[in-house]
Amino acid sequence: MKIAVLLKMVPDLVEELEVDSTGKALDTEELKFKLNEFDDHALEEALLLGGEEDEVVALALEGEGNEKLLFTALAKGASRAVQLTGVQPGGSGEQATAFAAALAESSFDLILTGVQSVDDREGQLGPLLAARMGLPCVSVVTGVSVTDGGATVNKEYSGGVMAEFEVTLPAVLGIQSAQQPPRYAPVSKVRQMQQTATIESLTVGGAGGGAESEVTAMAPPEVGASAKMLDDAAALLEVLRGEGVA
Amino acid sequence: MSGVLVVCEHLSGEFADITFELLALANSLGAGDVSAVTFGSMAGKASELGSAACVIDAGCEDEYNPESYAAAVSTAVDAHSPDLILIGSTSMGMDIAAPVAAAHGLPLVAYCTTVEATNGGFACSSSLYGGKLGVSSQVSSPAVAMVLPGSCDGDAGRVAGSPAVNELAIPESAGKVRFNRLIEPEAGDVDITQSGVLVAIGRGIGSKDDIELVAELAELLDADLACSRPIVDAGWMEKSRQVGKSGFKVKPRVYIALGISGAPEHIEGMKDSATIIAINSDEDAPIFDVAHYGLTEDLFDVCEELVEELE
Repeated sequence: MKIAVLLKMVPDLVEELEVDSTGKALDTEELKFKLNEFDDHALEEALLLGGEEDEVVALALEGEGNEKLLFTALAKGASRAVQLTGVQPGGSGEQATAFAAALAESSFDLILTGVQSVDDREGQLGPLLAARMGLPCVSVVTGVSVTDGGATVNKEYSGGVMAEFEVTLPAVLGIQSAQQPPRYAPVSKVRQMQQTATIESLTVGGAGGGAESEVTAMAPPEVGASAKMLDDAAALLEVLRGEGVA
Repeated sequence: MSGVLVVCEHLSGEFADITFELLALANSLGAGDVSAVTFGSMAGKASELGSAACVIDAGCEDEYNPESYAAAVSTAVDAHSPDLILIGSTSMGMDIAAPVAAAHGLPLVAYCTTVEATNGGFACSSSLYGGKLGVSSQVSSPAVAMVLPGSCDGDAGRVAGSPAVNELAIPESAGKVRFNRLIEPEAGDVDITQSGVLVAIGRGIGSKDDIELVAELAELLDADLACSRPIVDAGWMEKSRQVGKSGFKVKPRVYIALGISGAPEHIEGMKDSATIIAINSDEDAPIFDVAHYGLTEDLFDVCEELVEELE
């Protein structure tokens, strides 16, 4: 079985996000990026599914930090890592078009990616990709097991309810969480990969993302509009007593 | 080409709240007649969809199916050529919006909190970056918008009536996705939807060992412990304790959020709590938008001080 995992860096939300001078985009100067946490779960699920005979291929678009991301995927156990070049940075529509072009050249049984990311204003990568490739897709998946020619997947609804589906392969799955927390790759192993392993390069044309919308403004929402801000824990205790809790 | 098409959602024979929220939004736009697409036998409950001018009975199985429901919505778009298609930013909506947009070459805007009709199109505002930024988009008509649950007043869309019901002839499904069964949540040791007071922890907790201090505080406050999704994904707490989109909707008398930033997915599950108290070291955390009281301090310092005082 051949499994592709699509990985993407996203702004680290622990850092302060600033809007640039155009007022329509993030100021990327000071921005720190990290692996989309749902992609980390997708990678974990792929590694859990992949046996000795199977191939788990990590793919990422060319971009800052993405080589290290791919070396980390190799350190965690991915069989191969591929960086897609020649793609103009863009939204999830353009990303889906680029990944579709890259994946069309190989015959993958399963394509896993994170269910969503913090910046996918144009929709989620998984279903956008599946639509372009004409493949079935299930989003918000929390468990996958592979059967003969198909996969059994659990999809989360709200309130802890899940639905189980059978999916004919090849298919695209948007992973919400892997069946176990994502594994950790020691820095030493990532370094070792950087020295010994190779990241393959695949050039895909900038094919465009299809119909688009235009960003007209970007701004933080008004914070604290409704919250009465307290000075310290003592003031908090007063509030709790007022509510009859403490 | 005209009007707004609302994709209705249901579970276990009842329309979901998002259905009425989308209908309320559709009617507020002043962008022509509102049609509502229903699936399975839900057209039989068309009288609950009085705020739609017409109900499109798309057939399909009662149980949701990503493939056949998306294909049916696509067929409805072909048949009715709406200016705008409103879909929930939900587990189901995520499967449907992209294939419908792709099949018709339409632009898609996700995570919308507001949508307004403008000259020749729609202005949408999306909540992105974990709710830390609002992004406004202008999109030409026709378009697909995915709307976050809780963005509109569902009560305004909950109108009884007798809309015309039109049956839609849908093509046979490719059958590549097949529904097996629904899996109900395993009963945990506590039902957080019934708790009067909840102390909820988020990513700010940092490590599993630190949960003990918060548990101590919860006990002193006679509260139950709850958490946001990353805590469950990390394997630190049981799924039965998870608040939010993929967890439980809770409405306690007091909700104390510790180290929870307040991503839209979490807020969806707790915003109706009577009193919300948020403690977070990041003064820009979106949780302060919905909180009644806020404190920007290290959660461990606050916990320790409270535990000390209460003991």
